[in-house]
Amino acid sequence: MAQVNQGVRETVYPQAAQTFYRTLSQIAISAVTPIAAVLVALAFGAALLWLNGFNGSDIVTVMIFGSFQDMRSVGEILLKATPLILIGAGLCVAFRCSIWNIGAEGQLYAGAIAATLVGTSFTGLSVWVHVPLVMLAGALAGAAWAGIAGYLKVRFQASEIVTTIMLNYIALILTSYLVTGPMRDASAAYPQSARLIREAWTPRIVSDMRLHIGILVAIVLAVALYIFLQRSSRGFALRVVGLNPHAARYAGMQVARNVMLAMCISGAMAGLAGAFEVAGVTHRLYQNISPGYGFEGIAVALLAGNNPLAAIVSGGLFATLRSGSEVLQITSQVPQVLVLVIQGIVILSVVAFAKLRDILRIVA
Amino acid sequence: MSQKPFLRIDNIRKRFGPIVASDGVSLEIEEGEIHSLLGENGAGKSVLMSMICGMVRPDEGEIVFKGQSERFNSPREAIRQRIGMVHQHFMLVPNLTVAENYVLGQGSALRIINDMDKVHARIRELSDRYALDVRPGAIIEDLSVGEQQRVEILKVLFHGIDLLILDEPTAVLTPQETDRLLALMGDLVKDGKTVVFISHKLDEVMRVSNRISVMRDGRVVHTVNVGETNARALAHMMVGRDVRMELPRSPEPPGRVVLSVENLTCRAETGLPAVRGVSLNVRSGEIVGIAGVSGNGQTELSLALSGLLPVDGGRVMLSGKDITGLDPARINASSFSHIPEDRHKHGIVASLSLSENTILQRYDQKPFASRGMLNRRVIGEHTRDLIKRFRVKSRDEDQAIGSLSGGNQQKLVVARELARNPDFILVNQLARGIDIGAMEFVMEEMLKQRDNGRAILLISTELEELFAICDRILVMFHGEILGELPPDRTRLDELGLLMAGQTEQPALVG
Repeated sequence: MAQVNQGVRETVYPQAAQTFYRTLSQIAISAVTPIAAVLVALAFGAALLWLNGFNGSDIVTVMIFGSFQDMRSVGEILLKATPLILIGAGLCVAFRCSIWNIGAEGQLYAGAIAATLVGTSFTGLSVWVHVPLVMLAGALAGAAWAGIAGYLKVRFQASEIVTTIMLNYIALILTSYLVTGPMRDASAAYPQSARLIREAWTPRIVSDMRLHIGILVAIVLAVALYIFLQRSSRGFALRVVGLNPHAARYAGMQVARNVMLAMCISGAMAGLAGAFEVAGVTHRLYQNISPGYGFEGIAVALLAGNNPLAAIVSGGLFATLRSGSEVLQITSQVPQVLVLVIQGIVILSVVAFAKLRDILRIVA
Repeated sequence: MSQKPFLRIDNIRKRFGPIVASDGVSLEIEEGEIHSLLGENGAGKSVLMSMICGMVRPDEGEIVFKGQSERFNSPREAIRQRIGMVHQHFMLVPNLTVAENYVLGQGSALRIINDMDKVHARIRELSDRYALDVRPGAIIEDLSVGEQQRVEILKVLFHGIDLLILDEPTAVLTPQETDRLLALMGDLVKDGKTVVFISHKLDEVMRVSNRISVMRDGRVVHTVNVGETNARALAHMMVGRDVRMELPRSPEPPGRVVLSVENLTCRAETGLPAVRGVSLNVRSGEIVGIAGVSGNGQTELSLALSGLLPVDGGRVMLSGKDITGLDPARINASSFSHIPEDRHKHGIVASLSLSENTILQRYDQKPFASRGMLNRRVIGEHTRDLIKRFRVKSRDEDQAIGSLSGGNQQKLVVARELARNPDFILVNQLARGIDIGAMEFVMEEMLKQRDNGRAILLISTELEELFAICDRILVMFHGEILGELPPDRTRLDELGLLMAGQTEQPALVG
């Protein structure tokens, strides 16, 4: 099929037009499939709501557009998008190296713990020192947490899928222990840590909105990771290892080192997301500081086709759906479980369309 | 007997996409014989037998078993007609017991659980009868490869068969285990079974068979009684194609020694010894060939030389520098190029572009990278240049290499390896799976390299390829170099004999 098409095309278009046409069709495939995935999912969701006696299309409309009421609500969406973009872009790197890091949630908590430790100590530092220090601590802790799974993989061939999931539980339970035990703020009624020192708080973009500079950091880092993967030598080696580890060895690339690198980059991004949740939003460590950003990040990366640049958009999309479902819970009688079901359908649809996109790419 | 053979295969054809695996095969197997199928890798032995046992369905042709035309849709149907096959890759569930593996998919689970004692008893009985030493309660993953193979054979016997097909069973066995297996085949025949033995090891085939059929290019080219042939003649039948190409020999005598290998030993990934003390020299301006039936350690030799397989002993020197056991990165950097045997596994990354594939080893070196970033303009120019010089048929340098034909992929691999300006080039199967045009082209490129003073080691199972371009030919057998010959076609008999592992001078036969 592909051969035939190619032959036809060669006779019709000159060289430059051909390249242009091909680039255009690739872009179209990349752009259209995620949108189609979401639309199909929402259609299914609407049908499901209708079967349950609700006005499906109205509710779906609320889910998408309900959260765009004013600047403040857009800010809230971007606030939710921050960890999703960070984690999603980081996971793109891991997935490109064929490392199935399912442990972003745990790495987020590791980052949050480290950020809390740094953010509650070192009084008297300036904002210019303390804020980056908190971010660095979060990133390093996330990288280290992921690094454990990476080490187990390269040293003992332990499946990172299993180890990262196990490490999720450890990080969550460790957080519970810390906020009910050693790090607990004794004066508070709920298990929570002491409040971070004000100089450690992530600066807000507009003073009366919760949105902080984390969103800018997330976008810059996503762009940086895209450049790293596509344009740098190290990123090239990482992709080769992911695509064909035998050829990578033949070419003299260090497979283990690249696996560790991919693991630690994705861990650092998740850790940074955890640091921003603590230092930018809650200003304290809680037991359930993440509503599952680490897992939703996987869907963000999938929808983005493991392209960190596209993760900015898909992260924003998932944040919109999340905000929309919150609006829905307040304004309508739709039970929360149905909202969760719709989110689940979106993720399934994304996976199905990602497969379809790969097929279309090959055919085109 | 010949009017009504036990199994008759008539003009079978099978294609997989563009590849013709069986090109009108006809074969007759008689009851109670051990019939060996001999042939190089890719000659179509396994595919043919897979069609007989129901794994693969033929496109055309007829299979007549016990006088009845059969068309099996699954191995289960074949087993019902008492045909069983033991595959090269075992089909056992590793975390189940032997007995559990045997009853898998054999009807109602409930009934089987009730019958498990009977199953165990039957396994013990069969195991005792053939001295197979299989315990029904053993977990598969605790067993060695040899034991697993006996489990596979017993599984087929357990289901009750008259025709047993063994696909390269000795490839994974130690010599002792091989002896045991060959003895077992004799016992089975005494019990009235018929055995088809697929192999490319001449000595084993000569030892056990009643009749031998040689396959080449998807056809049976000869069927002979074992008493009427010898290993040399068989080797000749397996590889003896007409040599068409006449290419010029080296104009000048070779220069200094570039690669020197002393007493190299290494094991295969299975842990069995594969290279047993190989010593050789390759000088600048010469092409040294290594001939041999595949599976005699050539793969491991090339992997060990290029750093992809650990070296157990011996020394490899390249231009006076010890490169024994270095990692591939450092060997690559020592002016060593490697055109690998398995292009898809090692040579290319199929989904990446031609450009990206041309910088596989030099992705972090100038001029292709500077300050950690890929220099895409330089890479693109370099690739376009290689595409033009090596006439790689492609749309442009951004096309995925996997979408090219095999010959064009190989041309790009050759181009990449030669562009690295090596002192030494290791080639394993220069022209495997590529068309004649591309083959001639890459061979001529090799000769140009030789004339430019490069040292080339060409490992090949294609005698044609070796005769066409080598200055001398070494023969590898059982992990050793058995001898050296000039590329003189009149001495093909000697070569065939060495390939069969016989070093003593034979009496001249036909």
